[in-house]
Amino acid sequence: MNNQIVVIKNLKREFRMGAETVRALNDVSFVINAGEFVTIMGSSGSGKTTMLNILGCLDRPSSGEYILDGVQVSKLSKSELAVLRNNKIGFVFQSYNLLPRTSAIENVELPMLYNKKYSAKERREKALTALAAVKLSQRVNHLPNQMSGGQQQRVAIARALVNDPVMILADEATGNLDTRTSYEIMMLMQELNTDHGKTIVFVTHEPDIALFSKRTITLKDGKLLKDEINNHVQSARKMLESLPALDESLNVKS
Amino acid sequence: MTLTNLLRIAWRAINRNRMRTLLTMLGIIIGVAAVIAMTAIGEGSKQSIQTQIAGMGSNMIVIRPSSNVTAGARLDNSTVQSLTEQDVIALQKEAQFLNGVSGSVSARGQAINGANNWTTSMQGVSPVYMQIRGWPLTDGNVFTDQDMALANKVCLIGQTVLKNLFPNADYAIGKTIRFKNIPFRIIGVLSAKGENTFGQDQDDVILAPETTVMKRISPTTYYQTIFASAVDENSTDKAANEIENIMRDSHKLKKGTDDDFTVRTQAELINSLSSTSQILTILLTVIAGISLLVGGIGIMNIMYVSVTERTKEIGLRMSIGARGIDILLQFLIESVLISITGGIIGVLLGLIATQLVTYFIHWPTLVTHFSVVVSFLVCFITGVFFGYYPALKASRLDPIEALHYE
Ligand SMILES: Nc1ncnc2c1ncn2[C@@H]1O[C@H](COP(=O)(O)OP(=O)(O)OP(=O)(O)O)[C@@H](O)[C@H]1O
Ligand SMILES: [Mg+2]
Repeated sequence: MNNQIVVIKNLKREFRMGAETVRALNDVSFVINAGEFVTIMGSSGSGKTTMLNILGCLDRPSSGEYILDGVQVSKLSKSELAVLRNNKIGFVFQSYNLLPRTSAIENVELPMLYNKKYSAKERREKALTALAAVKLSQRVNHLPNQMSGGQQQRVAIARALVNDPVMILADEATGNLDTRTSYEIMMLMQELNTDHGKTIVFVTHEPDIALFSKRTITLKDGKLLKDEINNHVQSARKMLESLPALDESLNVKS
Repeated sequence: MTLTNLLRIAWRAINRNRMRTLLTMLGIIIGVAAVIAMTAIGEGSKQSIQTQIAGMGSNMIVIRPSSNVTAGARLDNSTVQSLTEQDVIALQKEAQFLNGVSGSVSARGQAINGANNWTTSMQGVSPVYMQIRGWPLTDGNVFTDQDMALANKVCLIGQTVLKNLFPNADYAIGKTIRFKNIPFRIIGVLSAKGENTFGQDQDDVILAPETTVMKRISPTTYYQTIFASAVDENSTDKAANEIENIMRDSHKLKKGTDDDFTVRTQAELINSLSSTSQILTILLTVIAGISLLVGGIGIMNIMYVSVTERTKEIGLRMSIGARGIDILLQFLIESVLISITGGIIGVLLGLIATQLVTYFIHWPTLVTHFSVVVSFLVCFITGVFFGYYPALKASRLDPIEALHYE
């Protein structure tokens, strides 16, 4: 079977700003296989978010090829892209992007509302399973403003998981969180990757976060600078345990 | 996206801003309530006018004097004297579409029965008048041709006169009352007729032979009115034409001169009265329509605000797989839900207002299914029409830009 989730060839993305052309991505090629945990690194403005938007079918390349799970993305219409996102992609954002005044479970059910194959009962069951996977079974009916930042991000991860996507994309998913909570999120990501076999692409500019992944792609000025396998993957669980014990209250960041 | 899910999302969004939604609905609520109440009042008065006129005898034709310019200066209609006994005789002889003609004169004065007195009017008519008006007696008999010929001092009294002259409900037939100091023997009592379209009490009248009134009460040789009835309802127009020709002959009017009389059928009266109430209905409906328009613009405005406020939400929905059409439907259904809910509240309010009008002001009202159905339809269309552009704007947002909207 096809093991290649992402195939990118000579990918370019240019933005026209009046007379100027910004080359956000310039001739990037790589392949991501099923079950990989990849971080995309690079300084600010190097094109990480642009890369992730294209991988997530939110944006289309100016030129080059992108095949997602065997589908030629560049030929699809806007509606087809939406369906593809629904079926194959799970997004996790820096600012969580949960619907306000909407309970955790309803937030997690959201992607399934746009997929006719799930009944109301199935939606609820799958949402509960996803919430259990991110260890939030106790917070099913909580509203976003009743949860800590880390918990909100875990709801967002459950939402990304719930549609059984082929790939989870995270853009600075730990950017708003403190060190301890970041490690908790990374621990969850590692579990999803190793225990559930999820393919994960994680954008970050923090080198210590990249240490938790198996592979790091580094961009610079829209070009692929490095693409390295990490032979010393750190365990987020161990890092978490090595942190000095803290008051439980510090763990909860509003 | 299924319809139930869309409805659920829309309902949740509306619930989140209850006060704002209610204020938005207000235009629609007032508009619909106004439509329901106004058409109910309009329809009610139209119906009651029609039944009243039908009660007056729908075959009836009324001839009144009017000024014409051949006489030199145009005179006020009420002072024109042109209807004579010759006219009545000519009509009786020549008309084919008429089965009854009666002249009529009336005079105001005081009627006295012992210690009771009552100011009323006495109308001089011929016996056929009762048939023309479709006005049966409750008691006694109509005066005869002989009474007419001899100008006998006999009379028929209406219910109001009966009540006021005989407050103790004495038996009135055979009693003698005085009108303008002249004694009249009561030979019959008229049945109750109620108010006419103009709010006049038709039972406040004494009927006597026209000869008696024209000789003894207010001496004149002219009628104020001639009443006639067509042979049947369908021939009133033909009868009216015929009357005009006969009357012109009788008055020896030359070709090209105006009539010195007017002929009006009940059908015309119904039409003219219904048309005034129809104009009123149209006017009120236009006002209601304008308030619906204002309500619709209110919805459009709030939907634009809602789309802008929820740009980030739209971006998120798109990123997890909502298509443009899903977003379009979401906002469209939200605006339709607002307008339809406003419509339901408006209809209920309109029904309550209608009941209050009937209860307190005693105006006749009639709520038609048509007005309710049309109100709902208009609400639906308003919701779709004014919700469409904001929804389209939402559906065309770029997911990346929407996600990063602050
Ligand atoms: N919509 C756009 N229009 C014009 N230029 C853009 C647009 N989006 C991104 N760019 C440009 O493309 C380049 C790459 O941007 P991108 O957001 O991918 O960087 P990044 O690596 O995610 O940076 P950061 O770490 O700050 O998030 C930048 O120079 C940016 O200015
Ligand atoms: Mg970025």
